Amino acid sequence: MTLDARLIVNRPAFTLDIALEVAPGEVVALLGPNGAGKTTALRALAGLTALSGGHIALDGRPLHTRPADQRPVGMVFQDYLLFPHLSALDNVAFGPRCRGASRSEARRTAAALLERVGLAAHATAKPRRLSGGQAQRVALARALAVEPRLLLLDEPLAALDAHTRLEIRSGLRRHLADFDGATVLVTHDPLDAMVLADRLIVVENGAIVQQGAPAEVARRPRTDYVARLVGLNLYRGLGDGARIKVGELAFSTIEQLDGPAFVAFSPAAVALYRTRPDGSPRNLWQAVIDGIERHGDNVRVHLDGPVAAFVDITPAALADLDLTPGQRIWASVKATETHAYPA
Amino acid sequence: MSAAPDRRLAGRPPWVLVVPALLGLAFLVLPLAGLLIRAPWPTLPARLAEPQVLEALRLSLVTATIATAVCLVLGVPLAWMLARVDLPGRRLVRALVTVPLVLPPVVGGVALLLVLGRRGLIGQWLESAFGVTLPFTTAGVVVAEAFVAMPFLVISVEGALRAADRRYEEAAATLGASRWTVFRRVTLPLVAPGVMAGAVLCWARALGEFGATITFAGNFPGTTRTMPLAVYLALETEPEAAIVLSLVLLAVSVIILAGLRDRWVTSP
Repeated sequence: MTLDARLIVNRPAFTLDIALEVAPGEVVALLGPNGAGKTTALRALAGLTALSGGHIALDGRPLHTRPADQRPVGMVFQDYLLFPHLSALDNVAFGPRCRGASRSEARRTAAALLERVGLAAHATAKPRRLSGGQAQRVALARALAVEPRLLLLDEPLAALDAHTRLEIRSGLRRHLADFDGATVLVTHDPLDAMVLADRLIVVENGAIVQQGAPAEVARRPRTDYVARLVGLNLYRGLGDGARIKVGELAFSTIEQLDGPAFVAFSPAAVALYRTRPDGSPRNLWQAVIDGIERHGDNVRVHLDGPVAAFVDITPAALADLDLTPGQRIWASVKATETHAYPA
Repeated sequence: MSAAPDRRLAGRPPWVLVVPALLGLAFLVLPLAGLLIRAPWPTLPARLAEPQVLEALRLSLVTATIATAVCLVLGVPLAWMLARVDLPGRRLVRALVTVPLVLPPVVGGVALLLVLGRRGLIGQWLESAFGVTLPFTTAGVVVAEAFVAMPFLVISVEGALRAADRRYEEAAATLGASRWTVFRRVTLPLVAPGVMAGAVLCWARALGEFGATITFAGNFPGTTRTMPLAVYLALETEPEAAIVLSLVLLAVSVIILAGLRDRWVTSP
């Protein structure tokens, strides 16, 4: 393990307590809502926020006893924080200079890194002359210039517009793949996390609620927050063989589960009927329409009732069904479209 | 529906505000205009070239500049301490720093005499240990000016430090910069405009210093008679010379004001 940490930070009305292990070359994303403590965790790793307890070990050596400027850590800040009075080159050369390189040596390192991120032509530009995407790459080069063993990225793509984001995301992915140390990145965007990370750690209210490979987390969400992120309806219930009881409803599932269990299904898997359908399909319930909104090319219907659910239907279906908020409606989901797993 | 401010809707400014405003403006401008009107323009070049005038001007410029340098060397670190270090009793320290700002300069001069004078607490020791005496010397002028002017610099720089984004300093720390390197390579360049503005204010205050200087350093031509002292003295014997000296000081002030226009006079 390159990084082995238990981060405890006590604040009035907030406690962060998470354990982290990151292997060399591995990219771990801390994913969570605003205020979950992700950035606090990152700052604690960098030494910018003091730990109230726990430890940080990098390559077997304690890190938490050292001040920020003596940790082999590179950090990319959310809005990059490039020094406005220095050129792109001098921003990148700043770290090597501080770590004892001569001026010309530091500049050589910086020039090579700017070349690597494709910004050799902008070496003399001041940060305010750089676009968001360019500034992001300079910030990455600056963090890598100190040859860190641990790379920290705080919302690396949050400050970019949608178009640049796509391009920078794939570039960042390449650079992270080339980096052989441990990487911890913080994001509230599931797509960034899925694309960039080898492993996701979902943090809510200062604690880890779920972790695993991106595909695993996306398939088997364990909290409402994660379910919303990956776009699934999620319920916690009690399994008794082929059925999972959720409140007064019982979902028939393919999986045979006993005891506490989750059942998840996609909003697109739900069918809506104005009248009770014939042949009484399984997993049928009567709901009240809580709201209707556009969702991409489709329409998302919010259902209230025995369970709250999102349903995605086509605009044509919306017209056919003639739905209005407050209306009562029948909803059903096939057992084959549900996915159940132990809680 | 954001309502763009419409000038016509605002109506005419009320006279209760306009009349005092104009009176206030007149009050500030008229004395300066008087100075210009009563100036002995024909003899001005000759008067300016008088050795006493040049001597006082040179002494004023030199002492104000050295005093500003002293204030920078001591005041910038003091401002940094106030803005960045969690001192116990920081509010008290800040209050103490601003005392010379509100203290009558003459009182400051008396206080300096009591501490740095020949029989003063530190002055006594300075004289016996190093043979240095400050009162009634050019160095004393610098001390008096620095004492009165330093709060202007400290307050200005501290304000700039508080306004600066501290996260740049954090970014520098993660890159391996010690606190001194952070200060030198990040903090100071970021607050350079504030330091500059503070230094200019400080210099202007030092240039105009009268009370503390005459009390602590006396009024000796060539060594401690700065422009303001010369103006005051000339007024009793040679009013025309006083006007000329005042004009010179006015010109210097206006030049400073013009230099600072972008930062201080225009509203943010």
